[in-house]
Amino acid sequence: MHIVVCVKQVPDTKIIKINPKTNTLDRRSAPAILNPYDAHAVQEAARIKSRTGGTVTVLSMGPPQAVAVIKKSVEIGADRGYLISDRAFAGADTLATSYALSKALEKIEQESPVDLVICGKHAIDGDTGQVGPGIARRIDIPPITNVIEVSKINSDEKKIVVKRKQLNGYELIESQIPCLLTVEKEINDIGYSPMPNMIKAARYEPVIWSVADLGEVDRAQLGLKGSPTIVGKMFSPPRPEGGKKIEGEPTEQIKELMKLLEEKIDLFCFKA
Amino acid sequence: MEENRGIWVFIEVTDGKVEGVSLELLGAGRKLADKLEVPLAGVLLGHDVRKISAKVIEYGADIVYMADHAVLELYRTEAFMKAVVAMAEKYKPEIFLYGATPNGKDLASAVATDLSTGLTADTTMLDVDPEKRLLEASRPAFGGNIMATILCKKHRPQMATVRPKVMKALEPDASRKGEVIEEEIHLEESEMRTKVLQIVKETTKTANLAEAHVIVAGGKGMGDKNGFMLIHELAKTIGATVGGTRDVVEAGWLPHDQQIGQTGETVTPKIYFAIGISGAIQHVVGMKNSELIIAINKDPDAPIFDVATYGLVGDAFEIVPQLIEKFKELIKEKGGEISYV
Repeated sequence: MHIVVCVKQVPDTKIIKINPKTNTLDRRSAPAILNPYDAHAVQEAARIKSRTGGTVTVLSMGPPQAVAVIKKSVEIGADRGYLISDRAFAGADTLATSYALSKALEKIEQESPVDLVICGKHAIDGDTGQVGPGIARRIDIPPITNVIEVSKINSDEKKIVVKRKQLNGYELIESQIPCLLTVEKEINDIGYSPMPNMIKAARYEPVIWSVADLGEVDRAQLGLKGSPTIVGKMFSPPRPEGGKKIEGEPTEQIKELMKLLEEKIDLFCFKA
Repeated sequence: MEENRGIWVFIEVTDGKVEGVSLELLGAGRKLADKLEVPLAGVLLGHDVRKISAKVIEYGADIVYMADHAVLELYRTEAFMKAVVAMAEKYKPEIFLYGATPNGKDLASAVATDLSTGLTADTTMLDVDPEKRLLEASRPAFGGNIMATILCKKHRPQMATVRPKVMKALEPDASRKGEVIEEEIHLEESEMRTKVLQIVKETTKTANLAEAHVIVAGGKGMGDKNGFMLIHELAKTIGATVGGTRDVVEAGWLPHDQQIGQTGETVTPKIYFAIGISGAIQHVVGMKNSELIIAINKDPDAPIFDVATYGLVGDAFEIVPQLIEKFKELIKEKGGEISYV
């Protein structure tokens, strides 16, 4: 099995700060990390490899310092990694990103055919989840999103069975290989990396490709130029109305609250 | 691009029922269509879905584009995408909206790639500039601290996925008239590379948080796991889904998938109870778009009161048990049952 995992370097949105005056992101406030969902994707690839044998290749797009997330992926269990990095990629939305990554995937495919592509469900900085299915369409393999378990994998018959999270439960889906999965966090637990991986990661130098290295590429589809969407404006989210504070004795408070709720009784759905 | 006209809404059907978000989008789409003076259409795919088309019209559509095919029985990206792309290429809509559900997001991402157009994810506000015919799709960015309006100026259709429970459905009107256009889509089961083997419903959860109508959420102020039982009790009484803050989840009082906030779920229920929750920005970004927020907290200066519609200053352990009793009386009075399903 040759598994390619697409990963992204993101600012840690848990600690990121917004300048309330300018509504802009204070990037210095947040360390850059491997997108948490992608860490689970790498871990899952390593788990599949331990069952079927093969190679786990990591692919990322970003500035040169994004090699850090490839090294982190090697620590989790990837064998090797490529970073595509070029000014021409800058400002890409999801459509342009899936195009650039699919071109890199085609190049990887030339060296060694790809059986499975795995992505995180979404990146925590953009929260779109659109790049994974986009890549699948571009290289014409079926996408299966929101995967919570790889239940069966048969590399001889080229079949995979996965659990896909749904609104109220899950679906069991069988797919041909190759296909593309996007994974949820509950698919696995990430423990401490084994020492040999840590040593390998510390020494590992990812391969960096520029646009010129990718072969035949339509530059009009890259970066800002290749992005149909733009950010029009940024603004502070509207605050919910209200702030009516009810003080006093609990019995009185409840009485007043129930009176107020009577006006909004339609929000509750009573069944006769 | 000039020839693209009309607003489309993807109608998601589960077990023969239209998902709430699709009806909400018909409501939102109706406003956009009236502003642009174009028809509103629902895109209805499935097997034996003809009877559903009337409902789509009742909720605001002028046209229903329907593909009825055995291969479309259950949602699969490749089958649905093929049908939707064929329809969009033929009829050329200018705006195309999908619910931000697992299937809606999956489908929209694939369709946007094939149509080479822009797609905005998880929109919470929609508007349109009638002069430029531009969709203004706004969404929380960077963990919800700011809103960003995304535009797609040069490609059509302009597409967006929209979060459930944000837009409002219209009152259904059975006298509304509309046209149903059935499309012949060529699909062969043998050409499908994926198959749904089984659908498993998990009934243990009252309702998925993101879809919940009413949420009762508790924070550190509940003291311990035992104190948190009060949250469960209130939720059970009013048929609500239980949620909690990051602290609560990390303390092990609730499982991970019930965490609300920046690193958990973003929710937009009709009613949100925040009990023993101080209202750190972490939590607030995940719930502040709820329609009605009722906060109960001992500290009168707690930031949760800034976002609450009604704030009760006091001890949750005194207030909540009385509240439960009052709701029990109210439910009895109204007919004995409360249900959002």
